[in-house]
Amino acid sequence: MHMADALLSPAVGGTMWAVSAGAIAYCSAKVRSEPDERKVPLMGVLGAFLFAAQMINFTIPATGSSGHLGGGLLLAILLGPHAAFLTIASVLVVQALFFGDGGLLALGCNIFNMGFVTAFIVYPFIYKRILGANPSQGRMSLAIMLSAVAGLQLGPFCVVLQTYFSGISELPFSTFLLLMQPIHLAIGIVEGFVTVAVVSFVHRARPEILEGALRVRPIGNHPLRGVLISFLVAALLTGGILSRFASENPDGLEWAIAGVTGKEELSGPSRGIYGTLAAFQEKTAFLPDYAFRKTPAAAVRQEENDAGASDVRLGTSVAGVVGSLLTLGIACLVPFLLRKRHRVT
Amino acid sequence: MATIDGTSLDFRLLDRLSEGHSAIHRLDPRAKVLATLFFLVSVVSFGKYEVSALFPFFLYPAALIALADLPALFLVRKTALVLPFAAVIGIFNPLLDSRILLHVGPLAISGGWISCASIIVRAALTVSAAFILVSVTGFPSICAALERLGMPRTFAVQLLFLYRYIFVLIEEGKRMSLARELRTFGGRGPGMKHFGSLVGHLLLRTWERAERIHRAMLARGFTGEFHPRRPCRFGAWETLYLLGWSALFLLFRLENIPRILGTLVAGVLE
Repeated sequence: MHMADALLSPAVGGTMWAVSAGAIAYCSAKVRSEPDERKVPLMGVLGAFLFAAQMINFTIPATGSSGHLGGGLLLAILLGPHAAFLTIASVLVVQALFFGDGGLLALGCNIFNMGFVTAFIVYPFIYKRILGANPSQGRMSLAIMLSAVAGLQLGPFCVVLQTYFSGISELPFSTFLLLMQPIHLAIGIVEGFVTVAVVSFVHRARPEILEGALRVRPIGNHPLRGVLISFLVAALLTGGILSRFASENPDGLEWAIAGVTGKEELSGPSRGIYGTLAAFQEKTAFLPDYAFRKTPAAAVRQEENDAGASDVRLGTSVAGVVGSLLTLGIACLVPFLLRKRHRVT
Repeated sequence: MATIDGTSLDFRLLDRLSEGHSAIHRLDPRAKVLATLFFLVSVVSFGKYEVSALFPFFLYPAALIALADLPALFLVRKTALVLPFAAVIGIFNPLLDSRILLHVGPLAISGGWISCASIIVRAALTVSAAFILVSVTGFPSICAALERLGMPRTFAVQLLFLYRYIFVLIEEGKRMSLARELRTFGGRGPGMKHFGSLVGHLLLRTWERAERIHRAMLARGFTGEFHPRRPCRFGAWETLYLLGWSALFLLFRLENIPRILGTLVAGVLE
């Protein structure tokens, strides 16, 4: 359920980055102010533990397929929300860099979907509520079960929202939702069973670990509510501002360039090499509608707004295909050329 | 996670690559992190039907693979392994968007296929950029760069701790998995029944390890920060590297290079 860079628009990616970076800054300050210094190595090693635990597979009954522990909820139960959020975020950073899960721009989304949802929505509002003050074994299992399912419903729901607002995938909102939610219901139930199994083992073997985690009441209700509301406001604000830019100008980069140069788009100068090329091209264009003319910026924008029109520009002639192949060929050749020179020197 | 050994082996290999000694490796990590960021934003900011204008961006991974002496086949294979995840979502586009947008001879291509191709090309570019960043920079240096760019110290320390123990604990997980396989004669073991105690034991061992580490750290006078291997200095080369790539990405973003090239070639052939 990792969100991928390829499906993401800069506005959505940037918004989620801002939200996740804010949450990381807040949690870092919170963890540093905690008196328990042992937490620092514990967080690091438990993050590595998740990777190790994923090396141990199990077969899911009745399906024959194999699964492994996700572990976000387990971390929240053991470490409390702030430390767990940082740990999950760090695991996601490693996954993005070393395993290509998601991507670096989508990291903000993924940290929110898995970290924030688990640590700041599911943990306080579902897990803690059901657990109550004096939990029994059964009550604890119930709380874990429901939390796992809720977390794996909310997370994918955010993925669907982010994909929908990015507008790169054609999947309609409802269809994508119907694809994602049932699959993750099953995954959530499995995750629930596995987490219950691990937690109840730890509870039997070393109850003081869990009691310690339960006794530390790191968050009262009021500050948390404040945090949640401020994050929500921040997200809405940034989302609103960014999406306004996105809707007025189809892409943020052109908007940024307009901000820098004061013009809507860099207009090609009519002299110099550009002019020469343009003149050359006008003489040589062998398909009239493929002429490499500099349309006025407004016309270009109009075209781009009209969904799909940009690819009318893209194609319609062999020249586009030939050029693409050439570019790819050059890109593939570059390593050999550079490497040869590299070796000689 | 089909081949556990393969995954952790790849992880190790990718990590080793950062020990290279090319000019790219020696650059200040901040320049490389920022160039990667600029690359990603440029690639992702294209409209969903753009395919050909994305191709020039392959120059960036290609050039870095050459200049930093990275194993090209390994990185291509690693990127290709991740692509199906993006393709799974992209493959719905042809089913849902069937407006004809492109004619190549008698072949009519719908918008869905174009946007699907675009998603796959984007995925290839963004994923390879991440792998290349980590193989020319190395994880600890990336953390140091991010910390200097404003990431909170606590999170940087967390990332470095995680990185230090990942290899140790992955080995431990693999050993347990192998031991279980050997004792169950392939079959009855891997059910969910024993999973809880197996992973629970691993968790308890990890917990005790963390306590040992903490005591060892205290004994050695840990003050809450790690020291990077390479000193950071943002000099002329770093500025040149960052500005050069940024200018190139801007050019690629604003001009459709393949189209210009194709038109030129077509003109010459005429």
